[in-house]
Amino acid sequence: MSAVEPKVEKILEVQQVKKHFNVGRGQVVQAVDNVSFDVYKGETLGLVGESGCGKSTIGRTIIRLYEATDGNINFKGKMTKDLKGKNLKQFNREMQMIFQDPYASLNPRMTVGDIIAEGLDIHELAKGKERRDKVVELLKTVGLNEEHADRFPHEFSGGQRQRIGIARALAVDPDFIIADEPISALDVSIQAQVVNLMKKLQREKGLTYLFIAHDLSMVKYISDRVGVMYLGNMVELADSQELYDNPLHPYTEALLSAVPIPDPETEKRKERIILKGDVPSPIDPPSGCRFRTRCPKAMGICAQEIPTWQEVRPLHWVSCHLYQEESLKKEEGVK
Amino acid sequence: MSSMNSSTQNLTPEMFQPIERDTLAQEGVSSKKITFWGDVWRRFLKNKGALIGALLLLVIGILAIVGPEIHSYSYRSVNYDLINKEAFGDHWFGTDGAGRDVWTRTWYGAGISLLIAFLATAFDLFIGVPYGCISGYYGGKVDNWMQRIIEVLYGIPNLIVIILLLLWMKPGIIAIALALGITGWITMARVVRGQMLKLKSQEYVLAARTLGASTRRMLTKHMLPNVLGPVIITIMFSIPTAIFFEAFLAFIGLGIRPPEASLGVLINDGYKVLQLFPYQLFFPALVLSLIMFSFNLVGDGLRDALDPKLRQ
Repeated sequence: MSAVEPKVEKILEVQQVKKHFNVGRGQVVQAVDNVSFDVYKGETLGLVGESGCGKSTIGRTIIRLYEATDGNINFKGKMTKDLKGKNLKQFNREMQMIFQDPYASLNPRMTVGDIIAEGLDIHELAKGKERRDKVVELLKTVGLNEEHADRFPHEFSGGQRQRIGIARALAVDPDFIIADEPISALDVSIQAQVVNLMKKLQREKGLTYLFIAHDLSMVKYISDRVGVMYLGNMVELADSQELYDNPLHPYTEALLSAVPIPDPETEKRKERIILKGDVPSPIDPPSGCRFRTRCPKAMGICAQEIPTWQEVRPLHWVSCHLYQEESLKKEEGVK
Repeated sequence: MSSMNSSTQNLTPEMFQPIERDTLAQEGVSSKKITFWGDVWRRFLKNKGALIGALLLLVIGILAIVGPEIHSYSYRSVNYDLINKEAFGDHWFGTDGAGRDVWTRTWYGAGISLLIAFLATAFDLFIGVPYGCISGYYGGKVDNWMQRIIEVLYGIPNLIVIILLLLWMKPGIIAIALALGITGWITMARVVRGQMLKLKSQEYVLAARTLGASTRRMLTKHMLPNVLGPVIITIMFSIPTAIFFEAFLAFIGLGIRPPEASLGVLINDGYKVLQLFPYQLFFPALVLSLIMFSFNLVGDGLRDALDPKLRQ
């Protein structure tokens, strides 16, 4: 996409990916539509947006739990949709996922040891004593200890379960981890624990994260870059500091204005942008820009043309007519 | 009071030292290790009704095996000198209109009922479970077709099936087994399919998929162990249905026929002479009721013990 980014190699390229779900009676949910972004090696890319905006769908499409309707996903230079046999196994080891619900993501009939060792068993990486040692090592990595290996998931707290889920993902030595709202089901006090563990692991193992969440402050804390999604589209993508300081897209502005500031004086003076109405149905999204129905700055052209995904400042991508000179000219012409 | 004051005064800041925080100890799980089945067992034992049901089933099972052997009478040997004898004499449950020992016939019939229970379980397990598994796991078109087939089968009344079977078979246990084989497993297939659909989108199943687990591994490690509870419950409730189906067929003359004995046959014989020799109806009916009753009690108990909604 961008030629300006010199520092590191791309580990993942998502190009024009669409994921549509057929819900019967000829209706199609456009969960993800024309989303493109890159993830660089060693970084954390945060993905935010409200419920149902397609951020989990894009994560699951990248790891091939869903098949993309259209578009390409390149992981380490290989098209993921063509992977088969040995290459697919390799892919399954290199890319892993951490799930949202710590109560649903661990098989209740398996011991924690077996859950963590599942990757080792599937890829036949270790057997017998070696397997046990590896499990213990992984448990210690996530701050648990050996005696936990023989217990069942229901004996653990939410935070502990989430760390077991992390250990399971780490067992196959992945490079890239998709964290699908890993903290949203946890108590606030435990959230920091899990996020800090993830940061520590990233430092030690050189992991790359795609961090999906809807807690903006947490995303800012962990992410190097942040992408904002709305109704199946990526609307803005930038360095996290840049995004929080200079939000360009009206939706990002509205989202950020909702983040509470831990200072009563500032908080009181802060002006909140309150969006009108509800998110439209992804079965029948609005024409042109999908956000236009709720956008406080909507213009005539927004209903007619889909805004292009443009880099309006260095490394700051946005999809909005307000920042496209041609669109503004056309708008002038209409008036 | 004064002693308390003096002791407080004796405390100096130097006496206090921070304890080192042991983060690993905080992670400790102090509860006793409980496996899933251990938990189910404990809950089942707490349920008195279910225990009584299980005990009754055990007694009936033993009697069904031992009962017919206790006396020298055969379940089918006719003795016209001993017609319609009273109960509690030489013949504990009396004799019927052909002089056959009702005790022996009742327990022989109970044995037939338990055989039917076994057959129903076998059909549930070997047809219902795999059918539901495949239908639910693969979903889509496969699922659609398999469900339509089930609906067609379900739409055919059992009685029609058995009457059609009797056109080219002798009435008996094989015909009943076939009739059960055609429709008896449908409930199980539906239950398993529903569970599969639910489990398929569970995050731990997705996690196994992202790890590259094979279909076999998915089914044997993740899906089947988690549908075992509902499967057991369904079996416990399908058994009494099957037993009752057999008794009903025998009663209306479409199932096992005299001189063979099944509880349905005995009840049919007995009800004809109800006003003269009520015990001929009473004992087989009592045993049948007890079998149904205890299977239902055990089924209820197991459902409460296994119910996933109570867990987590």
